[in-house]
Amino acid sequence: MPAALVNVPAKAKRGAIIEIKTLMSHVMEPGYRHTAAGDAIPRDIITSFTCRFNGAEIFRADLYPAIAANPFLSFFTTASESGRFEFEWIGDNGFVANASAVITVD
Amino acid sequence: MPRALLAVMVLLGAALPVLAGEIAVSARRSGYDFLSSDTKAMQDDDTANPAMLSVLDGETLWSTKAGAANKSCGDCHGAADASMKGVAARYPAFNAASGAPVDLGQRVNLCRRQHQQADPFAPESRELLALTAVIAKQSRGMPITAGDDPRLASAVARGRELFVQRQGQLNLACANCHDDNWDKHLAGSAITQAQPTGYPIYRLEWQGMGSLQRRLRGCMTGVRAQALDFDAPDMISLELYLMSRAHGMTMDAPAVRP
Amino acid sequence: MSSMFDPLHLSRRHLLQLAGTVAATSALPLVTVRPAQATPAMLASAIRNLVGEAHVQTGKVRLDIPPLVENGNTVPMTVSVDHPMTPDNFVKSIHVFNEKNPQPNVANFFLTPSAGRAQVTTRIRLADTQKVVAIAKLSDGSFWSATVDVIVTLAACTEEMP
Ligand code: HEC
Ligand code: HEC
Repeated sequence: MPAALVNVPAKAKRGAIIEIKTLMSHVMEPGYRHTAAGDAIPRDIITSFTCRFNGAEIFRADLYPAIAANPFLSFFTTASESGRFEFEWIGDNGFVANASAVITVD
Repeated sequence: MPRALLAVMVLLGAALPVLAGEIAVSARRSGYDFLSSDTKAMQDDDTANPAMLSVLDGETLWSTKAGAANKSCGDCHGAADASMKGVAARYPAFNAASGAPVDLGQRVNLCRRQHQQADPFAPESRELLALTAVIAKQSRGMPITAGDDPRLASAVARGRELFVQRQGQLNLACANCHDDNWDKHLAGSAITQAQPTGYPIYRLEWQGMGSLQRRLRGCMTGVRAQALDFDAPDMISLELYLMSRAHGMTMDAPAVRP
Repeated sequence: MSSMFDPLHLSRRHLLQLAGTVAATSALPLVTVRPAQATPAMLASAIRNLVGEAHVQTGKVRLDIPPLVENGNTVPMTVSVDHPMTPDNFVKSIHVFNEKNPQPNVANFFLTPSAGRAQVTTRIRLADTQKVVAIAKLSDGSFWSATVDVIVTLAACTEEMP
């Protein structure tokens, strides 16, 4: 599994708006570069990122070659109940990576 | 960008100033100080610093058994945050067996070979960058002491010689830019003082990690000189000189640089 | 591979820029052939694909990109929309486009009312000085946008791949 860094506060007050930050190692080869020998380097990018909380999708992104290598994404959600965030990155050449984080809400 | 053009003209002009000499201790500034506020923020926040992906990778490697000895780094060294504290700040260090300095990557590979009985990692390999990133992180905030060892005096001197020696089609010495013109810009980039405080770094240009050696090779290619080979004795001397020139400055590895 | 220290190279580049054409080199070290650029026409059609015939209003959206970026390969970008996030009135999605990369799309972000705040940060690549456009789609079907001009400088001391 490639290295992924997800940051979710371990604890939050009910109703608080919290920030979620994710970093995923990936080259994000855009597909329009050439080697010094002139060969095209095929596209190899992450095309989609999804965050679910207790099973329900709360955030999704479509990514294109203009996203920098090792994609960083940060977004917000409202802490409603304790539970588990699940993160999924999907990309070219069958790339799939997952991570998860738990939060306690009181 | 007339400013960049001007800088180049100043640098390449016939009336190049004679080397003004070393930067005063009080005037030394890490590459960090030249970063935009956005890039500083990227480096400062471990949950946003992309170099932390490499550190994470290195932590896994640290505790992975390898080689004929079937030992992990951690089996001998314990937790990296205790055993590797301050280590990167004093590398390159004198190696008694070879009677010469070795840099941190070479030191890791010595352990690969001698203590794990495994093949050494290639220069700039993901593994070597990841392990040196974990080790270097344990020196964050600590002062650089590399070069203190008197047995290294001749290597430091050789490094300084290389630093002030003109080279390449552009006939420029490292010192022309980094001692004499560090406050100027080149095609939009701050020239900076070439302080090696943050290595290995995540370079925005590379969109990935790289060692100090890779960074130096970039500058050598930049002046259209034949870049020194990875791990060449002169390369290690140059690294050592840069570290000794930064004596007392604080480490900020793994850093982000443009 | 051209060197950034080469004064001829620099002046040619700057002349090209003055002439309003595309700069001659890319910051990606491997590139030997410059790809076709997305054109303003491609940008317009990508936006039309999203909004159809709807009118796009200026406002509500804020696009934060450093006006002068240190390296076009990794440019921090934050988009936020000044709009409530309640179950029946919220920002459904945010779409980011650029004018001159080989492809006009940068990213699409799909939000839910539970987000609490319509704000997303990522890092993008900009092959050249250009416009970046963010468009937000609200739950009432309206579209709002913001546009910024970004100046991209090239890194010095680039190298061939090791
Ligand atoms: C023509 C000017 C020039 C010369 C000559 C030059 N460099 Fe550089 N160097 C630069 C520039 C410009 C940068 C910063 C580039 C960037 O960040 O995009 C840089 C960056 C560096 C850095 C990175 C500093 C940091 O903060 O991480 C080091 C180290 C370095 N140079 C060492 C050297 C050495 C050693 C030599 C001689 C072999 C050398 N340079 C020759 C212009 C030069
Ligand atoms: C079998 C035990 C053993 C293993 C496994 C081992 N080392 Fe070492 N390491 C040593 C010893 C002993 C030294 C002291 C120098 C020497 O005698 O070689 C050392 C020295 C070092 C140093 C220099 C420390 C200093 O204070 O200068 C570093 C860095 C290091 N090792 C990193 C690693 C890494 C990274 C790994 C895993 C890839 C590793 N070592 C695996 C035994 C080991």
